[in-house]
Amino acid sequence: MAHLRFHLRFPEDKIKQPVLCQINRTFPKVDTNIRRADVREKTGWMDVEFSGDPAEIERAIEGIRQKGVIVDPIELNVVE
Amino acid sequence: MTKPALKGTDKIKGLVCRECGKEYPAVSLHVCDMCFGPLEVQYNYKTIKPRLTRKAIEAGPKSLWRYVDLLPIAGDPTVGLAAGFTPLVRAKNLGDELGLDKLYIKNDTVNHPTLSFKDRVVSVALTRARELGYDTVACASTGNLANSVAAHAAAAKMQCYVFIPHDLEASKVLGNLVYRPNVVEVEGNYDDVNRLCSEIAGEHKWAFVNVNIRPYYAEGSKTLAYEVVEQLGWDAPDHIVVPMASGSLLTKIWKGLNEFSKLGLIDRMATKVDGAQAEGCSPIAAAYKLGRDFFKPVKPATIAKSLAIGNPADGYYALKATAESGGAMDTVTDEEIIEGMTLLAQTEGIFAETAGGVTIGVLKKLVKQGLIKRTETTVALITGNGLKTQEAVMNAVGRPTRISPSLVDFQKTFGLGIHER
Repeated sequence: MAHLRFHLRFPEDKIKQPVLCQINRTFPKVDTNIRRADVREKTGWMDVEFSGDPAEIERAIEGIRQKGVIVDPIELNVVE
Repeated sequence: MTKPALKGTDKIKGLVCRECGKEYPAVSLHVCDMCFGPLEVQYNYKTIKPRLTRKAIEAGPKSLWRYVDLLPIAGDPTVGLAAGFTPLVRAKNLGDELGLDKLYIKNDTVNHPTLSFKDRVVSVALTRARELGYDTVACASTGNLANSVAAHAAAAKMQCYVFIPHDLEASKVLGNLVYRPNVVEVEGNYDDVNRLCSEIAGEHKWAFVNVNIRPYYAEGSKTLAYEVVEQLGWDAPDHIVVPMASGSLLTKIWKGLNEFSKLGLIDRMATKVDGAQAEGCSPIAAAYKLGRDFFKPVKPATIAKSLAIGNPADGYYALKATAESGGAMDTVTDEEIIEGMTLLAQTEGIFAETAGGVTIGVLKKLVKQGLIKRTETTVALITGNGLKTQEAVMNAVGRPTRISPSLVDFQKTFGLGIHER
């Protein structure tokens, strides 16, 4: 079981969409745990821990990306 | 005789989450287990204060290690012993040009050994990494950081991995290879490199300076603020103009100034910390202009590659520090960056990299807008050497004047008369 942490960023037009809920339904073997978030009218982000099989987490992350949400490592930019 | 340096927990209290305040021991950890917020080093200022006097600092080595009591290492420094304590230049010519009576350039273009301010943070990071038992260091970088990590690792006889995008310019790759680290070109775009490095940092017991060692690494930036104050005769300037990439440097300048104030090393602290970004990558300055406390990440498109961080980890904290200090932020175009570089070179004889052009360009704008006043003591941070980004000014500096090997031709070409001895 892997525990991977990501920063999810919701573009303004995606803020109202239940993205994480849909991902949970599609990938029931991946647990999502929101640890910090800030969702407002013009911005929305979440720091989320994904637990499960690494390959399944990878697929879940890809699924989130396909819904238009931007997924970054929890550290944001690590390339300086 | 100076007192021996404070050791271990005498000065380092541990790490603390910048968001929820949860405390941790001073180990290699960079994200809070509870809320995933970033961690930073906390000091025992009560034990530091009695021994840290101006006199004690002045008696220290002529390097950033004269401030070792405020740096997050437990023992004596072992890496980068000559880094820091770069010149603070009174920039009269540039000041006259911009309309400032007391302008200074903090010149990290001559930092040792790789000619950028990164030698500060890397010295601290690698010293701490050794203390924590690491023999391998790594970083993900497109330029200055990689140079510095590779050079310091070579001197410290540490294993080194440098991760770069596969399409990086040849000159930058060479600047790393010469130190013989493991240079890893990652096939993929910038985001792929970013994600892979974050994953590698989680998997391997390496000191990834800007990932798991980041809380210690970032503290090295404070020394720029300390040096500016000491070199101004223990006086804090009215303004410091800081280039912004991740925003970390600006937040640490602010932290350093506040520490000196808290420890009674300066009598007045009214410094405004101003942030400078390139228009082609300005998530932090754009948020400042919109009056927002959050930023929108961007895809960088600027010649100021060393500042091209589109999703800055410390963006929020940089906005907060500038707001607390009463400072301002602004941006410059690529053309204005080149103008800033050539203006600095032609007035003060300092050849800065593109980030220096950003600082000078924004300084010029802030003076024009009346946000920095003529009589205010102002310091511009110049963080990297122009030899690293020569291509940026290649078309803006003209060509040599060609003549035949003849005295007459020379004097004719330059309109010089024949002088009698």
